[in-house]
Amino acid sequence: MSTTAVHTNEHIGHDDAHDHEHHELNFVEKYIFSTDHKTIAKQFLITGIIWALIGGGLSIIFRLQLGFPDMNLEWLRPILGKWITSTGQIDSEFYLALVTMHGTIMVFFVLTAGLSGTFSNFLIPLQIGARDMASGFLNMLSYWFFFVSGVVMFISFFIETGPASAGWTVYPPLSALPTAMQGSGLGMTLWLVAMVFFIVSSLLGGINYVTTVINLRTQGMSFFRLPLTIWAFFLTAVIGILSFPVLFSAALLLVFDRSFGTSFYLSDIYIGGEALPNVGGSPILYQHLFWFLGHPEVYIVILPALGITSEVIATNSRKPIFGYKAMILSLLGITILSFVVWAHHMFVSGLSPFLGSIFMFLTLIIAVPSAVKAFNYLTTLWRGNIIFTPAMLFSIGLVSFFISGGLTGIFLGNSAVDINLHDTYFVVAHFHLVMGSASFFGMMAGIYHWFPKMFGRMMNDKLGYIHFWLTFVGVYLVFFPLHYIGMAGFPRRYYSFTNFDAFQDFTDLNTFVSVAAIITFSAQFIFLFNFFYNIFRGRKAPANPWGSNTLEWTTPRVPGHGNWEGDIPKVYRWPYDYSKPGAPEDFIPQHIPLTETPESNLPHEVEQLKEEGIEVKAANAGKS
Amino acid sequence: MFNAVVIIGLILVAIILFTLFRVSTLVDVLKGNSKKKVTKSNGVNAGLGIVFLIGGLLLFFIYSYTEFDRYNLPLASEHGAVTDQLFWVTMAITGIVFVITQILLFGFGWKYRYKEGNQALFYPDNNKLEMMWTIVPAIVLTLLIFSGWRAWVSITDKAPDEAEVVEVMGYQFAWSVRYPGKDKQLGDFDFRLIDAENAMGMDFKDKASFDDFIPREIHVPKGKPVKFNIRARDVIHSVYAPHFRLQMNAVPGMPTTFWFTPTKSTQDMREETGNPEFNYELVCNKICGKGHFAMRYLIVVDEPADYYKWYNEQQAWLAKNPSYLSSVPQHLKEVAIISSGMENNPEVQAVTGLEEEEEMVGAF
Repeated sequence: MSTTAVHTNEHIGHDDAHDHEHHELNFVEKYIFSTDHKTIAKQFLITGIIWALIGGGLSIIFRLQLGFPDMNLEWLRPILGKWITSTGQIDSEFYLALVTMHGTIMVFFVLTAGLSGTFSNFLIPLQIGARDMASGFLNMLSYWFFFVSGVVMFISFFIETGPASAGWTVYPPLSALPTAMQGSGLGMTLWLVAMVFFIVSSLLGGINYVTTVINLRTQGMSFFRLPLTIWAFFLTAVIGILSFPVLFSAALLLVFDRSFGTSFYLSDIYIGGEALPNVGGSPILYQHLFWFLGHPEVYIVILPALGITSEVIATNSRKPIFGYKAMILSLLGITILSFVVWAHHMFVSGLSPFLGSIFMFLTLIIAVPSAVKAFNYLTTLWRGNIIFTPAMLFSIGLVSFFISGGLTGIFLGNSAVDINLHDTYFVVAHFHLVMGSASFFGMMAGIYHWFPKMFGRMMNDKLGYIHFWLTFVGVYLVFFPLHYIGMAGFPRRYYSFTNFDAFQDFTDLNTFVSVAAIITFSAQFIFLFNFFYNIFRGRKAPANPWGSNTLEWTTPRVPGHGNWEGDIPKVYRWPYDYSKPGAPEDFIPQHIPLTETPESNLPHEVEQLKEEGIEVKAANAGKS
Repeated sequence: MFNAVVIIGLILVAIILFTLFRVSTLVDVLKGNSKKKVTKSNGVNAGLGIVFLIGGLLLFFIYSYTEFDRYNLPLASEHGAVTDQLFWVTMAITGIVFVITQILLFGFGWKYRYKEGNQALFYPDNNKLEMMWTIVPAIVLTLLIFSGWRAWVSITDKAPDEAEVVEVMGYQFAWSVRYPGKDKQLGDFDFRLIDAENAMGMDFKDKASFDDFIPREIHVPKGKPVKFNIRARDVIHSVYAPHFRLQMNAVPGMPTTFWFTPTKSTQDMREETGNPEFNYELVCNKICGKGHFAMRYLIVVDEPADYYKWYNEQQAWLAKNPSYLSSVPQHLKEVAIISSGMENNPEVQAVTGLEEEEEMVGAF
């Protein structure tokens, strides 16, 4: 991968302080099959960026179809070949392949692997004060399983029958029967193989994250001194470990139905001119299994982004995050509730109405911890001294999306209202805001914020601002109008709307959305330039560019293997001592002992010191 | 040639942009911006937040107000009035929260932007506030859940006994609809009996099948409860009729139902919308393959009298496809001929007579 090329330059000349302590690593050990969490994080990041470009590019192609149905797309033939019909249109079946692969890639490869993989790997050891992950080897495997998964998925684009096309949820029987659609042939097999590799990768990563957070915290780093990023990554990993195996079982049974003649999901089917022998299976069973992962999955995607945002907003408001414990409790609440809301995706699936009632109740409860988080972000901004770094802008953008998209969830979680909105563009608008764009913005915030630590150089702020405003406004212009289209009843995954009297309207809005999508997508190239150019040519980063409290900023500019040159710093305080009254600076890093900050210690901290038998004269003097 | 010009143009634009970028970087270095905690950009970003807030909210309100009739589909069912009301109540509540929180978000951003010499307030927690914004949303959500739950329970309750029953079956890529006929009883079906003509797999061993009819469009009576018995024969489809706020998946192997009461006839709706061409449509709303976007079926809401007239005029499927008499058991043939109403059809009689002969030949 291009990762290797990137890292070669980055380490030259300023990183040998460590290497002479260990044996000299060769190129492959250092940059390809590396067991260093920072290198693995960068591998995840750059692979994630490449997948984001592919996934985003696919969406542009189907937005062309939706926004400009009469456009001649002959110029895409060099890329898409026979998927462009003789009249220069996108093939209607390939359209479904596009939306399917867009969803799969974005949800799994970009917002799960690209986000958790990058930031859990990069930040967990650095922020808890560990030299590396609990198992560097499993961590390396985690990346390479992901890589293989990506290769298999990528290959499925180039086969005769095209990639999987049954929607990213791949509901059987559609996904189980190659006679139902071309994409359910070899493409679907490759999809399943890729997902199995992906699940293995997620589990290896998740187990590592959980183990590392529990066991490798530095001295003094109690759970209630962990930065909220770590809490978020930790709980995300727990969710993943508990839910991905269920997806695995769903996929496994689907493989059996497809290839070995079982009837887990199939019953009473007449297709392609013949009645199939399968009886007794239930397509609903698949939906239960799928959404048992599928719903927690949206929290796997959003929680890390919320963790990153908590950190970035606190740092750049120069204020402690408001309600640290409430934030942890709400993360915990979301984690637990995320497992008991899955069937709200199935209100009109034929599910028992009684179950529908239960799941409506549980679903609307999960809005409470989410609301708490949003209010806490707002209160953190209140009376801050806000510095708008690009990371901060993206975090504020995330909060805006999280609120907008979260509120529409209250409509959809209500089973009675969902009857008319289910599977319409209203749903598309909802989840693209609350989960897609919000997580994407969390990822961007993370990249802008920790780029200096990753590569030892600074990204360009102005380009960051331009990138933010184009993307932020663009995302709203793309997804906000979809609410109106959805309220008018437009179904999702429709190749064209011309067949229905009811859907003749809104061609103007669809064109508008497509234009906005193209502009938003183009704006990402500003980011790409900013990112790759500054890996090599950026201004060298200061030790702690954002005046942040967490431990990663105590490492060398480019931390080597083992992260800290001497001993691992001890931790004496929580990570949010920003603008503490009496302190000379507006931040006190976690490794500064209370004894060194007598002028700003709070009463309970003075008490704590007394209990530990440490005499701090200045503190007492200050009090008297 | 044209392509070459475009490519050269793009390269030039890229070079110009890159030069601008380099110049601005150098200017930043000269100004010493990189050493400052914040630059002028901080205020600009805070201000842009306000511009976005005001512009966005204006656009939201203006569009929502002026285009209301475009995105708000006219309503034509009883339960739809309840769910629509729930929708708009939810809209009002969430709309208020949306506007307030976005104003706070960007307002705080502007008001508390970095100022030299200012210090942020060290304000780590306040349990009263936390309690407040845990409990208030919890109460509001409980109210919404409760009203939603009541609506849901009544919508998904058993259909009234007098409901008109219509069987709707989805397949790639169309719908088939079957009415119970004069006996008001839908006959059995079996997916193994499906063939090119008998698309719904009607089972003629069951007497109730004889008078079932399969029309080209759905007719339902205005003001009477109608129950859809929904099934699919290949993959999952979804019966979606947005004007009736009606949706239920059609699942192979698992029959589902949805009942509703239409409140406006097609004619009423034509007058209301001022569109003489107006028709209610049945839409597939679960991805089902290549033709997913083209599974259209018409729903006609008649005045009750017109509906019953139409109903009684329909010819049984068996009468239209007399060759299927052969799958009727011998002892029921007479019943089948009478209840499907084919005894008056000389053409049919000719065919059936022929068939009976054939069968007798076979029997011997």
